[in-house]
Amino acid sequence: MNGESMENRKETLAAIRVAFPDGGGVVELPGGDVQSFRVDRAVLLEFARHLKTDPKLDFKLLADVCGVDYPGREARFEVVYHLASLEHGRRLRLKVPVREDDAVVPSVYGVWKAADWFEREAYDLFGIRFEGHPNLKRILCHAAFRGHALRKDYDPGQRWLLREGEQDEPAWARESQEDEDHFETQVLNFGPSHPATHGTLRTVVRLDGEVITRAEVEIGYLHRCFEKMAEGHTWNQVIPYTDRLNYCSAMMNGVGYALAVEKMLGVEAPPRAQVIRLILSELSRIMDHIIDVGANLNDLGAMTPFLYMYQAREEMYSVLEACCGSRLTMSYVRIGGLSHDLPEDFVESVRFLLKRIPKLVDEMETLITQNRIFRDRTEGIGKISADDAVDWGWTGPCLRATGVAYDVRKAYPYLGYETYDFKVPIAHAGDTYARYLVRVEEMRQSLSIVEQALARLEPGPIITDNHNVALPPKEEVYTEMESLIWHFKLIMEGMKVPAGDAYGFTEAANGELGYYIVSDGGGKPYRIKVRPPCFAIFQAFPHILEGHMVSDTVAFMSSLNVIAGELDR
Amino acid sequence: MSAPEVVVCDPKPLSFRQRLYLFEVAKGLAVTLRHFLGNLFARKYTVTVEWPEVKRQYSERLRGKHILLAKPDGSPRCVACYMCEEACPAECIHIEAEEDLASASVEYEKRPKVFTIDLLRCVYCGFCVDACPKEAIVMSRTHEMAFAGRDEAIVGLEELLQKGPYEKLDLGYRPYYGVARTRVELPIPVKPADRTLGESTSAAR
Repeated sequence: MNGESMENRKETLAAIRVAFPDGGGVVELPGGDVQSFRVDRAVLLEFARHLKTDPKLDFKLLADVCGVDYPGREARFEVVYHLASLEHGRRLRLKVPVREDDAVVPSVYGVWKAADWFEREAYDLFGIRFEGHPNLKRILCHAAFRGHALRKDYDPGQRWLLREGEQDEPAWARESQEDEDHFETQVLNFGPSHPATHGTLRTVVRLDGEVITRAEVEIGYLHRCFEKMAEGHTWNQVIPYTDRLNYCSAMMNGVGYALAVEKMLGVEAPPRAQVIRLILSELSRIMDHIIDVGANLNDLGAMTPFLYMYQAREEMYSVLEACCGSRLTMSYVRIGGLSHDLPEDFVESVRFLLKRIPKLVDEMETLITQNRIFRDRTEGIGKISADDAVDWGWTGPCLRATGVAYDVRKAYPYLGYETYDFKVPIAHAGDTYARYLVRVEEMRQSLSIVEQALARLEPGPIITDNHNVALPPKEEVYTEMESLIWHFKLIMEGMKVPAGDAYGFTEAANGELGYYIVSDGGGKPYRIKVRPPCFAIFQAFPHILEGHMVSDTVAFMSSLNVIAGELDR
Repeated sequence: MSAPEVVVCDPKPLSFRQRLYLFEVAKGLAVTLRHFLGNLFARKYTVTVEWPEVKRQYSERLRGKHILLAKPDGSPRCVACYMCEEACPAECIHIEAEEDLASASVEYEKRPKVFTIDLLRCVYCGFCVDACPKEAIVMSRTHEMAFAGRDEAIVGLEELLQKGPYEKLDLGYRPYYGVARTRVELPIPVKPADRTLGESTSAAR
């Protein structure tokens, strides 16, 4: 899945050893799904800079930063960084151990801007301080929250009440900015419940007339600490929780999670299950893009395409509902396969959709793509350069709209994507209009993948017969003692995932959806860290927003496809 | 890393005609007019359901309100093994067991004294159905539920236990035996007669 060979690892190591010889605070850890290094925090900043700037290494994308709590260890916390080199197609994991009484790590914000919110999150949930971070405060929990929720000794039963007047207020919001040139400065709250935020997000903006001169985003209104809850449930029980991350394309979250756990278990889903997962993932991608494009148009005042596209979405939901019994929160994936086989007329239904969706997309394009009003309102809005986008940790359609052809399905194929014929849509402008164009083309590419996959749908089992992982078939449970015992053991104790850690990542509708999973060998996850794609995307939002008009906020924000369920977890 | 095949979809410059706007307006109106007429006369493009007068027929796998199935004598099939309580990710099931003294067979030694489900906590994932070794808990297609208070949402044996032949129970999500039992049926039938359940048709007319 990671597409890396031993030679690649040796090359990377050699390039690192040039600047950091043995004993220089950088130790290579053996094995692992990704090449890993333990880094002393004293050399972290220097090492990070070397990784980014050395053309042989070129780790320009910081995918994820997270903390892990090991109360038994001398150095209680571990800060884990996941890096990617888009140029060489390599991945790297850095682990920085820190002691509890001195939980300070230098911030890598100066190297990768992507560290901004990820470090704040680690500070919020673990209490690890990042020295040199420009705005180190809580991000997912509110200001009146006490303690750090993901520490193993935190009691999740506690309740913290945020009272009126205790809300977080950016310091600059109180400063007076008026002088003889700027006499109409005002601070405005955009959200948390604003129809155009499509979720609960708060953007504080300072206006000079109509122009935004400064902005800051507050998130966390939908935070439920999915990661803490996952630690208290068995591996399979986490699946319904993943449905609620990006609820516009729930299937893909489950698939990503199952693939990550299967990678640790060394189990593979049967071929039929893989094809079904792929078909439904691609349909979910289309649905997600329909919502995003539709909502974006809706915010700009174009209701019609939104409603037209929703017909197709409704019919896709019918297909999903017939497969698994629920439209939005699917819970269809199981570790090792799927819960049910397909309905009998699945293939005909999907073929019907394959004929129907292109017509609707064409109609939408007739109405919108070359529409002068739409283009005037979106071209040049929310513009970001390719370098900046990578620096901020952007992935998915938003990154591809800047001209970087990075797609996990191509770069690190899973579910057999390498055997399908499809292209990666890119655009170069990096603005709202380019994102629209990329998404529309991606819908068409997904349809072509679904068509190819339908031809490969062979009869066969839909879940692995490894009873250490998957529940035995019901008819055996009813009649055979052994199966009944497996069944009881799996439900009471959960499956045993070998101790270790892995980072599984897939191309979700918004970009790279990563699951960093740590197992201690027990029936429950020790730590699950989700790397939600829109978290990285949205952190750049307030910075890009500066200089735009208020009315552009709406056009820009919905083109990023920020899903609060995934953003806040 | 070899560069993947790409489709470049950069914006095309607007032609003079498109810049003029008038022709484009006509083109756009043609699309909307076609939809309008199609919907007015044939309901060709709409998937809207006029709920609650018209109700949609859901698939046989819909995960709705739970049902506890009964043995032929009317007592619950449940043997109070706590599997569903264990499997529930939302922790909404509560069971208390007691000895089943009346049972003639060794198959049923225990039965539930208390069996409650908090329908507001439930996430309708169907894991309880997967976990049940006796096919005692299944799900129905009832998904329209309203409660006046939180207490009302905690339902016990008397409400969950359903007697009578399975055909009458409007069963939804049930254990999987390897045979597809459900259909998608696209396009979604829009005529009320096709998609209305027997009883609600009579209520609507």
